[in-house]
Amino acid sequence: MLTYILRRLFISIFLVLALIAVVFFMLRTVVPGDPALVLAGENAPPEVIEQIRHNQGLDKPVIVQFLYFLRNLSHGDLGRSSMTRELVTQRLVEAMPITLTLTGLCFVYTMLLGILIGVITAYWHDTWLDNLIRVLTVTGASMPTFWFGLMLILIFAVGFGILPVQGGLSVRGMILPTICLGTGSAAYLARLVRAAMLEVLNSDYVRTARAKGVRELGVVLKHALRNALIPILTVAGFQIGGLLGGAVITESIFGLPGMGTLSINAIHNRDYSLIQGTVLFIVVIYLFVNLLVDISYAYVDPRIRYN
Amino acid sequence: MPTSTLESDITKIELKDRPVEKSPIQLAMSRFGHNRLAIAALILLAFLIVISVAAPLLAPYNPIKRNIADRLHAPSLQYILGTDALGRDSLSRIIYGGRVSLWVGLASVVLSLVLGVPLGLIAGYLGGLLDGAIMRVMDLILAFPGIIFAIWLVSMIGPGVNQVILANALFSLPEYSRVIRGSVLTIKDADYVSASRALGCNSFQVMWRHIFPNVLAPIIVISSLSISGAILAGASLSFLGLGAQPPTPEWGAMLADGRPYIRTAWWLALFPGIMLTLVVLASNIAGDGLRDALDPRASTKRA
Repeated sequence: MLTYILRRLFISIFLVLALIAVVFFMLRTVVPGDPALVLAGENAPPEVIEQIRHNQGLDKPVIVQFLYFLRNLSHGDLGRSSMTRELVTQRLVEAMPITLTLTGLCFVYTMLLGILIGVITAYWHDTWLDNLIRVLTVTGASMPTFWFGLMLILIFAVGFGILPVQGGLSVRGMILPTICLGTGSAAYLARLVRAAMLEVLNSDYVRTARAKGVRELGVVLKHALRNALIPILTVAGFQIGGLLGGAVITESIFGLPGMGTLSINAIHNRDYSLIQGTVLFIVVIYLFVNLLVDISYAYVDPRIRYN
Repeated sequence: MPTSTLESDITKIELKDRPVEKSPIQLAMSRFGHNRLAIAALILLAFLIVISVAAPLLAPYNPIKRNIADRLHAPSLQYILGTDALGRDSLSRIIYGGRVSLWVGLASVVLSLVLGVPLGLIAGYLGGLLDGAIMRVMDLILAFPGIIFAIWLVSMIGPGVNQVILANALFSLPEYSRVIRGSVLTIKDADYVSASRALGCNSFQVMWRHIFPNVLAPIIVISSLSISGAILAGASLSFLGLGAQPPTPEWGAMLADGRPYIRTAWWLALFPGIMLTLVVLASNIAGDGLRDALDPRASTKRA
């Protein structure tokens, strides 16, 4: 187990370093324009631009700049926003709670709703209820997240007026964003739970449990669901990453000041150090979550470790 | 005699079920033809394509002409789906908006194929260091969660429809190259491949003439299934302001424009989303139908 963790950790660290290099060099080579000019502002005198270029190390070769960047990064310094002059890391730390809360709530919501619907549709499979839910999930999977969010606002905020149009770090402010982002992955999870449950419900040990006179609810929850859950949990883990990416769109629908909104605003302002910082930050969180999921999967299923 | 009738029965069944006259493509087409839902989806898609192509003939108004006097006009006989904040007719914009979405879906998939097929063939057939290098680059792309990759790319090359197509294509590249590489690996040691090499074909000829035609089925399946994802991603990026730029009518961008007026102008948030959902739903169902028709398992059963 320890060798497996170390190997996965090594691969992840290597991937993160490679990503840092790619993001850094792409930004320096692909983006047109002089970063010193952007930092100094449109009408700055040439001496000031030259001064900034020197101070920022922009007159050095790109490879030296990269080493500077890595050194600063090791101190937790991702540079300063060229718009507001604030530290990029500070902006990220401010925005992070929103995104992580949203992702976390969505994960819980996805698990609860996905397992519930999956179990119901498997238990009453091929009935009208199963068919209705199938139609709903297929349609739901084709619905863009941002439109689903707008419809939620239209119905619950504008129509009934029971929830705010604007999201926020509060119970009421997080309900609609969570439903918006989590429902799609819940539908996906429900399909997997249904398939896994159908298999397990036909197995011998479930029949034995019934024959012994275990109550129906006990059969479904204790004997069937527990055995169906292992493959489901891994898929669910990898969905966290998808939720992290989807959070960008959801934040912009509900006006949540998270990392997604931060990166979109940074793009509109051509604030490259902020874009670089946000992208790297999100990617590292994503890789970290995937690493944890991999390790927990290997813990649950020993066959994985020797692959 | 009971035995002789049994024997004649067997012969009859064998003759009736002999599939030799039909090519794999004909078989797939007949399987697809029996899938009514997929046919309906395909008809809907064809209908939407016709509407988009014939947009100048069908749209009642100029989709980008502002008419501030009639701004935020609710749906009425004059403006069937209402007008937006600049007084532009929503119906006309929706009719034109399909052009961008369908183009993004189609062009993204074509570009993914143009880039992904050679990469997958090379990685699978040549193997070795090149294979390792290609797959590591794919791992790098996969390290970006969902739309973050597109956001990062667009932040560097600027917003726009073509940039979105490039971002879509690059983001789906790992999937294409992995699927194609996997299919190549399963057939690269087949007798006909060895035979073509023995006859003096070079690597390029073997890949293009002998391997490529035999991995077409998974290529078609993956392209048809990824159209809807590309349309969705394109609309999402336009919603975020990174795709189609104003005044181009595009469904995602129209929804973003309608967002500030959601309290008063519900029609701006409703209709473009319905169209988008219809297009994505139709391409999902048609893609699923095509996959079922081309299911590799069905073809191995036949052989």
